[in-house]
Amino acid sequence: MDAVAAIVEQVRAAYAAGEALRIRGGGSKDFYGEAATGTLLETTALTGAADHEPTELVVTAPAGMRLLDLEEQLAGHRQCLAFEPPRFSAATTVGGMVAAGLAGPSRAAAGSVRDHVLGVSIVSGTGELLQFGGRVIKNVAGYDVSRVVAGSLGILGVIVEVSLKATPRAESEATLRFDCKPGEALALLHAWGQRPLPLDASAWWNGSLVARLRGSEAAVGEAAATLGGERIAAAAAAPFWQGLRDHTDPFFVAAQEAIDDHDATLWRLSLPATAPLLGLAGDELIEWHGAERWLVTALPAADVRAAAATVGGHATAFRARAKPAGAFASLAPPLLAIHERLKRAFDPKGILNPGRLYPGL
Amino acid sequence: MNAPLPAAAARGALDRQRRQAEVVDALARVLPAHALLWRREETVPYECDGLTAYREQPLAVALPETERQVADVLASCHRLEVPVVARGAGTGLSGGALPDPLGVTLSLAKFNRIVAIDAKARTATVQSGVRNLAISEAAAPHRLFYAPDPSSQIACTIGGNVAENSGGVHCLKYGLTLHNVLKVRGFTAAGEAVTFGGDALDAPGLDLLAAVVGSEGMLAVIFEVTVRLLPMPETARCIIASFDDVRRAGEAVAAIIAAGIVPAGLEMMDKRMTAAVEGFVHAGYDLDAAAILLCESDGTATAVEHETRRMAEVLEACGATRIEASENEAQRLRFWSGRKNAFPASGRISPDYMCMDSTIPRKCLADMLTAIAAMETKHRLRCVNVFHAGDGNLHPLILFDANDADELHRAEAFGAEILELSVAMGGTVTGEHGVGVEKLSSMCVQFSPAERAQMEAVKRAFDPDGRLNPGKVIPTLVRCAEYGRMHVKRGLLAFPELPRF
Repeated sequence: MDAVAAIVEQVRAAYAAGEALRIRGGGSKDFYGEAATGTLLETTALTGAADHEPTELVVTAPAGMRLLDLEEQLAGHRQCLAFEPPRFSAATTVGGMVAAGLAGPSRAAAGSVRDHVLGVSIVSGTGELLQFGGRVIKNVAGYDVSRVVAGSLGILGVIVEVSLKATPRAESEATLRFDCKPGEALALLHAWGQRPLPLDASAWWNGSLVARLRGSEAAVGEAAATLGGERIAAAAAAPFWQGLRDHTDPFFVAAQEAIDDHDATLWRLSLPATAPLLGLAGDELIEWHGAERWLVTALPAADVRAAAATVGGHATAFRARAKPAGAFASLAPPLLAIHERLKRAFDPKGILNPGRLYPGL
Repeated sequence: MNAPLPAAAARGALDRQRRQAEVVDALARVLPAHALLWRREETVPYECDGLTAYREQPLAVALPETERQVADVLASCHRLEVPVVARGAGTGLSGGALPDPLGVTLSLAKFNRIVAIDAKARTATVQSGVRNLAISEAAAPHRLFYAPDPSSQIACTIGGNVAENSGGVHCLKYGLTLHNVLKVRGFTAAGEAVTFGGDALDAPGLDLLAAVVGSEGMLAVIFEVTVRLLPMPETARCIIASFDDVRRAGEAVAAIIAAGIVPAGLEMMDKRMTAAVEGFVHAGYDLDAAAILLCESDGTATAVEHETRRMAEVLEACGATRIEASENEAQRLRFWSGRKNAFPASGRISPDYMCMDSTIPRKCLADMLTAIAAMETKHRLRCVNVFHAGDGNLHPLILFDANDADELHRAEAFGAEILELSVAMGGTVTGEHGVGVEKLSSMCVQFSPAERAQMEAVKRAFDPDGRLNPGKVIPTLVRCAEYGRMHVKRGLLAFPELPRF
């Protein structure tokens, strides 16, 4: 039987029986969000080559396709996924990437996963196969359900296929390093941000600010000369950014050790980029020009969440042995009510990844 | 009109009067007298939006002046179970702000205050009635700008832009409204304050902001919007390239993209459109060309120089018969003036025109133009064509005379045929103007009954009683049955025969 039909059938049977399903692609993000429960529904049979049209800047891929394979296919035409989604393992799938909605180092400049989603095919909680969006860049026909599915952690539907915007790879890039304190790094980044520079990614950790420029050769060359700093050779820069993207960087390795040995939590703080340093105890890595701050700490969840909320952001317990205070910051009452009704609208019996995003959803 | 009304109509009119009295009475308690219009002569300007062929008289028009008044109007309407149609500048082209005959039109036009420009964070927080262009004007002293620039930007409001997910000529490089909005503050149908998105790059939970942007006022009422600003490019240059064959022009568009260039703007006009605008603005276009392309590059001077050269090389290789690059800002603006005046210029060569807005894969551009030429013969009407070629968004303008009932009918059939072909090519019935009431029937072609039912369920999740802008965007089953066209598979998946229970 066709892999899509098999998923439709599994969801329909589960719907009839009122049985919870735990949706899984490559399993590289099993740690993310709340704990998954239910019978396993695997999307890995949804394979095959992506339908990539280089001149359309659009690619349509089956959900079970490995992200590495999709990126390799795009690279063949000098294109890429501009938001640099993490590959926590080689098994990471396209469907999982969209369901988790996580983006990498170039997020602040290039946009998020949802910004690049053009269409999805999903199987709803009643086993209905539905398509939203499409394969074109501009599309305002009906509500943009496909973009709501991005980052929904599977609670609205099983993603079976996605269409994404592909981006030509930058002609040129340069990585620069500056020795500075975190406050100085933020000040530099905000000043640069107000100028038309091809600033793409940035990371501050342990006394160093590393910035990546991407764009035309002319623009990158000019900007690199203006900004100064120490130029990092491409051979060293590429693995550095990849380490940040896939969380294999020494910061994340140390974070995992702190989680294992000291019951610490790796927090992901999403803040307004211009938020001041929060001064929370722990080791901190700053990305996205200040808008994403990773913190390894044993501080109580309430303290971290309160600090983030005070400056207009929110904190996610990204990796931890347990997440007793919840993986995600709580929702304001009117938003929670919409979430609950939206969940029921797609999944009336609550069988798809129940509780994975929030308990009760 | 002295003839007695039929009894049923008289009863209907009386019911409406009673309902109107009830609603006006309730709104008068929360609004000052000058902020509430209900007499026929007062509400006439609100009877339609930019799609003037559709008109309705609302029960009343509310023009609140404070945030509290917006909440109170919504709460009153909620209590009385009255539909509410939010409205900005009324420049929309799909009838999204068409009043409900038994509803209240809620104008947000008075909320035209720029709340804050944060140069360091590169954001602007503005009330929903602020005009699109006013944001860039306010940001200009900081050398920043707001990227989405629909052609109506001197008049259209940011609230309307969010409702429609407006594009513009620069969205290939800079994205749509969706990509440039961080936060929307507004109200639910019941008048409860709600915030979608936030000041960070993401918010916890489902991305409801993505649903609200482009929802045509059906999910929430937008009161305040925080947008992302970008540093102004140092300079920009525009190339005009002529082609003696439409197909070659279409191929040149694909070739530019394939070369890895993302132009700041990439527009196409056919020969008749070029002639119409040239007569109107004298932009210096090549009148002999079968099609012209406008390609813009922006950035630093060196980068623009480099990119312009590369674009010119590609265009030449694709058989351009004439290539001219702007040498200064005045010339660049003159090049664009023709494109930006495509709609008014069409108004000069025809009593009426119907503007289509579908998007198709870029590679189908030439096929679409060929098909449109055949449709001109079939429907005995002329069509001039202007495209956001870079993103495949077409604006064929079908010329007709609305005073001739048969021409109007033929124009509608012509338009529907373009939309159906767009869907069949793997595209969409609306790229940036929205569904509104205009393209309700075409939604039957693009979405299956189950998909439309799911959208209706999304609507109910935000607005359980269906009070906000009812009857727009999602066609009823009956309407689709009457329209009689099959849902066309969009070729996303080669769907297998599914087991049906």
